[in-house]
Amino acid sequence: MTNKPSKADKNHLPLGGVIPKGGTAHDYSTGGWRKLTPSVDKSKCTNCMICWVMCPDSAIIVEDAKMIGFDLEHCKGCGICAVECPDKISAIKMEEDKS
Amino acid sequence: MAITGTKGATGLTGNTAIAYAMKQINPDVAPVYPITPSTGIVEDFSSYVADGAVDTELITVESEHSAMSACIGACAAGARVMTATSSQGLALMWEMLYIASGMRLPIVLTDVNRALSAPINIHCDHSDSMGARDSGWIQIYSETVQEAYDNLFMAVRIAEHEHVLLPAMVCMDGFITSHAIENINLIGDDSVREFVGEYKPAHSLLDTGNPITYGAMTLPDTYITFKHQQSKAMAAAKDVAVEISAEFGRKFGRNYGLFDAYRLADAEAAIVILNSAAGTSKVAVDELRKQGKKVGLLRPRLFRPFPFEEITGALKHLKAVAVLDRVDSMNAFGGPLFNEVRSALYDLEKRPKVMSRIYGLGGRDYKVADAVGAFEEVLKAAATGRVETLQKYITL
Repeated sequence: MTNKPSKADKNHLPLGGVIPKGGTAHDYSTGGWRKLTPSVDKSKCTNCMICWVMCPDSAIIVEDAKMIGFDLEHCKGCGICAVECPDKISAIKMEEDKS
Repeated sequence: MAITGTKGATGLTGNTAIAYAMKQINPDVAPVYPITPSTGIVEDFSSYVADGAVDTELITVESEHSAMSACIGACAAGARVMTATSSQGLALMWEMLYIASGMRLPIVLTDVNRALSAPINIHCDHSDSMGARDSGWIQIYSETVQEAYDNLFMAVRIAEHEHVLLPAMVCMDGFITSHAIENINLIGDDSVREFVGEYKPAHSLLDTGNPITYGAMTLPDTYITFKHQQSKAMAAAKDVAVEISAEFGRKFGRNYGLFDAYRLADAEAAIVILNSAAGTSKVAVDELRKQGKKVGLLRPRLFRPFPFEEITGALKHLKAVAVLDRVDSMNAFGGPLFNEVRSALYDLEKRPKVMSRIYGLGGRDYKVADAVGAFEEVLKAAATGRVETLQKYITL
């Protein structure tokens, strides 16, 4: 995974390091920084959404009010979701990245 | 402020003239924190704000670091921004000066030159602006009140030019220029408005329809590219300065170049010196010329970017040059102007002998006799082809 601009892009970088549009953080793949990868046991998960609230990278995927997994393009593997998942539930585990 | 018309001219101090120029430019935002000897600029300008004579949002901040921070925020929001400071104030702005230039924000600042502490001293020398010489700001130095007034308008145009987009600093000597009354010619408000035009920023943080980010992190894959762009812009600023000062000359009849050359064309020995002390040195030039001595003077106006080719061209015929700095680089090798000038002359096949003289620190008087003394040393070096002392303090 690379975020390096091509040589042609470099000649057109906006002056002063301005990022001239919004939402560009989505295009920046921070998943490559990950050492530990989260996994969820949906049989235990209560969809309390605490992981969704706490994730600093907005990498918890939610559909129809249910937590369905992780956006591994952006998850840096910090493990906050696993820590914040309520102790009685412990549905999220961090494991060595297999890839 | 008392302005009294005299034969078409107006008696103003350097500070009142700068405040008046700012009133005529009518910037959108002016974050200010007064400090001696530039306080008069802020005092007068705040009166214009209080009287409703300008539309400027005056932000009174708690330090110069905050003043420059507010300048940066306001300029990134798309405003035309001006401020003024001196000495410790400029020193406290230091890290923000680099952010202003790195973000390519054309802020215009007047620096009323004052010595840096310690020991604390409120009088003139150039240690403040020379400390900021590598901060990526354009620096224009002014000999007189008239020139400081005129430079401010040109600084706005140069800074905001599409090939430049860099902040600019107009420097004048503390007390000597800032507090001395000089009869100057003012430009009409309409002419100023027409000359400076309207500032049209490429981006604005207030444009919520087109969200942008200023100040994002850059890593080794891009940082050097942004610095390269900035470096090219600084190089372009020289040509833009020539173009803008030519336009200024055509419109208002006062012609300024990259530097001021005085009786230099047929001189054998010369002094290179910045700001008000050039006037004193010119008197010495005239006195020595009367005795048949071939002396002249070069006063750089644009110091950043440093127009090394043009300055080399103007000095190359000389036998010897003394570069007088009102600041010591504390490198045991001469002042900043000396090092630039001497380096610029290096590529010549046959180059003049160059010596460094440090004068007038902390407001120590520099008199005609001091200039004559310096000229005598240069004339001796011109005659013998030898520099006896490379670096020396004078006016001690």
